[in-house]
Amino acid sequence: MAAGAGLSEVWVLVAHEGGAVRKITSELLGKARALAGGGRVVAVLLGAGVPDPARTLGRRGADEVILVDDARLAHYTTEGYAAALAHLAAEGPPALLLIGSTAQGRDLAPRLAARLGAAVVTDCQSLDVADGALVATRPMYTRKAIGTVRLGPGQMWIAVALPAVFPVPAETERTAEVRSAALPAEIRIRTRVVETRAIERETVPLTEAEVIVSGGRGLRGPENFPLLDALARALGAAVGSSRPPVDSGWVPHDYEIGQTGKTVSPQVYIACGISGAPQHLAGMSGSKFIVAINKDPNAPIFQLADLGVVGDLFEILPRLTEAVKRRKAVG
Amino acid sequence: MNLELSEEHRLLQATVREFAAREIAPAAARLDREARYPAELIARAAALGLMGLMIPEQYGGAGMDGVANVIVQEELARASAGVQVIVSVNNSLVADPILRFGTEEQKRRYLPPLTEGRSLGCYCLTESSAGSDAMALETRAGLRGGEWVITGRKLFVTNGVEADLCIVYARSEDVPGARGLSAFLVEKSFPGIQVGKVEHKLGIRCSSTAEILLDDCRVPAENLLGRRGEGGKIALATLDGGRIGIAAQAIGLARAALEEATAYVSQRRLFGRALRDFQATQWALADMATRTDAARLLAYRAAWLRDRGERCTREAAVAKLIASETAMWATHRAVQLFGGYGYIQDYPLERYFRDAKITEIYEGTSEILRLVISRDVLGSKGTARP
Amino acid sequence: MNIIVCLKQVPDTEAPIRIRPDGTGIDETGLNLVMNYYDEHATEAALRLREQFGGTVTAVAVGPERAREALRQALAMGADEAALLRDPQLDGADHLQVARALAAFITPRTPDVVICGKLSTDDNAAVVGPALAEVLDLPQATAIARLEVDPNRARATVHRELEGAVEVLEVPLPALFTVERSLNEPRYPSLPGIMKAKRKEIAVMDLAALGLSPEEVGSPGAVLERLTSPPGRTAGVQVNGAEPEAAVEAIITFLSERAKVL
Repeated sequence: MAAGAGLSEVWVLVAHEGGAVRKITSELLGKARALAGGGRVVAVLLGAGVPDPARTLGRRGADEVILVDDARLAHYTTEGYAAALAHLAAEGPPALLLIGSTAQGRDLAPRLAARLGAAVVTDCQSLDVADGALVATRPMYTRKAIGTVRLGPGQMWIAVALPAVFPVPAETERTAEVRSAALPAEIRIRTRVVETRAIERETVPLTEAEVIVSGGRGLRGPENFPLLDALARALGAAVGSSRPPVDSGWVPHDYEIGQTGKTVSPQVYIACGISGAPQHLAGMSGSKFIVAINKDPNAPIFQLADLGVVGDLFEILPRLTEAVKRRKAVG
Repeated sequence: MNLELSEEHRLLQATVREFAAREIAPAAARLDREARYPAELIARAAALGLMGLMIPEQYGGAGMDGVANVIVQEELARASAGVQVIVSVNNSLVADPILRFGTEEQKRRYLPPLTEGRSLGCYCLTESSAGSDAMALETRAGLRGGEWVITGRKLFVTNGVEADLCIVYARSEDVPGARGLSAFLVEKSFPGIQVGKVEHKLGIRCSSTAEILLDDCRVPAENLLGRRGEGGKIALATLDGGRIGIAAQAIGLARAALEEATAYVSQRRLFGRALRDFQATQWALADMATRTDAARLLAYRAAWLRDRGERCTREAAVAKLIASETAMWATHRAVQLFGGYGYIQDYPLERYFRDAKITEIYEGTSEILRLVISRDVLGSKGTARP
Repeated sequence: MNIIVCLKQVPDTEAPIRIRPDGTGIDETGLNLVMNYYDEHATEAALRLREQFGGTVTAVAVGPERAREALRQALAMGADEAALLRDPQLDGADHLQVARALAAFITPRTPDVVICGKLSTDDNAAVVGPALAEVLDLPQATAIARLEVDPNRARATVHRELEGAVEVLEVPLPALFTVERSLNEPRYPSLPGIMKAKRKEIAVMDLAALGLSPEEVGSPGAVLERLTSPPGRTAGVQVNGAEPEAAVEAIITFLSERAKVL
């Protein structure tokens, strides 16, 4: 297992969609390489008719790709993926399996851990090996604390890592060797995927949103809230407001953040046209990062903002939304 | 002695706190501004069981005790004293005396609609020349052809506009003072009763306060509540419960002031320091917390005595006196801490301040309460109940 | 329909928490503890299934004595029965051990549906639900935003919110679901409900009562070593007088490099 120089073998479950490898996979490969040192980094690719990924995955750090190409894996199912990974692990488990914190990763990892008797830790924002143990840090108590979790030696580890915490590694010239593996003839998949439809993401509940885009009096009227909606959709964020838009009836009451509304502590709070009355600050000053856009350079919100932008939100917001979309498309 | 709330009291508190925060608080400022009766909120309160919380289950109530009532009224008043008083009047001034003094038939007929929110009650005692001296009231009731016929003018009736059922106190006997009074269950649909002038108020603006006019109002004989001549006793016994409800209202307001002020001074900076770091601020918060705590424990004591069927006139008066004066003082103090923000309607402080004043007036002014308390002190040679 | 709902009691998310000076956990003194709010949605889902199909709702929690209050709330909302699984060996248990204890309670009750919250807001792990499904050998659907059970009670159709998509799944019953907040609006416990709940017994079971040996529960594979406060905010940067494009560029850079949400 854990040698001084690094872990003997680290697996990364490849997250892919529509034939493209998702960004989180590259982040995990980079982390896997760092933890493995000279050990092996293996990308595990499950699917049906997926294009040859050897080059991409190799460039990001995989020594080997285990490819299970099977019609039964055409759609993600908990049981299909769990069966495939359990089958591969039975032949020789890795020290560590890294899975990205996506809806599927969170669905899969605990079930697989229970099946394999592996130790599991989710929402990791750092991962290290110390004294033969895996040490992870993760946000807890709705981000009001950071927990350090230790997974002791003598067991397989499964870590589910948050997106965007590990840097995408620089590309190398490495090409991974590809090994095909087969699924057992009999696997049980009881759920059936009826369809997967792309949607405009429903609004995330404010109190648990990672990112909140919030509007104030500076939006001037209800007709301008769609500017926030568009940015929020692009970011996967929730939309909130300070009190004046609620009092003016531009948005429903449950939008309100502040002393008389909700208390939020997202990773990022983007305050648009909010001056920063104490009543509002009471509800959002626990945010990890605050970005403020306001025309008035003396607006009190700037005293709290990690990034303050003095400018016209009507010019900035549409451009920002487009820029976020471009950025996500590249990722 | 055990000062701990029971598990169901805590669950009740959490439930009503959430209900108040989610359903009532967001509407409170608007209801105040528009002085509009919150029919939909009252319907939701009734669905939760808040309109008859001390009424036994067989009459459609929740069967809770008086301590539970204090808990509920404080939480409701924390969000809106106006909404709370609508609920409190229905519980303490209408459903409660029907339960205590009503016949089985009256309880079956009137309690389920009151507790389920199909009907709302009001309490008609005060008259233009009988406020603090309520027992001098002049509304008259006489038996005529097997019916009671009531004539008079009642003032300052909370829920007067929306109520379907009025408990009307009238002079039925040719005796001055309390012994000449009887209580009547008067439905608004009875001939001869109508709503008079509707008042515009400083606070608790979403509850209605109206005149109730009775002009040869005909009331069936079986709608006499209690016995003839028992009206004064019923009115006073009811007020003991009512005063506990108003004490809880005042406690809710004082807590609202304290909580808002605490949040505000943690945010606000002055001369380069947080407002919370000034000793003047700290002492103000300490005093607000202390007085609110004292008032709450006294209200619990009064409710607990009443639950045991003991006389609690003095304790209810003590609780309401300290709670209402605390509410007035604490909201006043909190407005000052907020400075200009305390005076404008963007913040709830000015509403708390306006709402608090009534707690020193209705269901016994502070002066009447001092009279009640001092009579008991002198009568019992000053020995307080342990 | 035989429905089991799994609960946890957690600190109120609205309230600040205090980390113990030694970092071993949080100071619970004066802390307002409530039913995990995802579990309120789980309870609501269970009650709605019972209203539709009849049957019983059993609420179960693993935790210390104080977790009774969350169970009491479930009873007050309308659950028929409640049990608290409490054992010294479960203090400091990891999620897989909790799943084993829950499974030992659930298995003999042969449920049609087991419902959990998507995650609990104290440790935010989202592990117990899927791990429990594995131990129970039930099919699962996690973080569901919609749940419909066919009239024959043979299968459920659920919606799961993925990143930017909705997955529609058909799941044969019995099954385990973990629920998202958008699934429903939980009812408040009514006052009569609270009084009824007061009269109900909450069964307390230790590992022996569950028929679990200490070896079967095992030792924790993952241990919380310490808690620390999140890092404080650094001094702000202000962009003033820039063209909109430059302002946008500054925000994008900030979101990706500092805040790491892009």
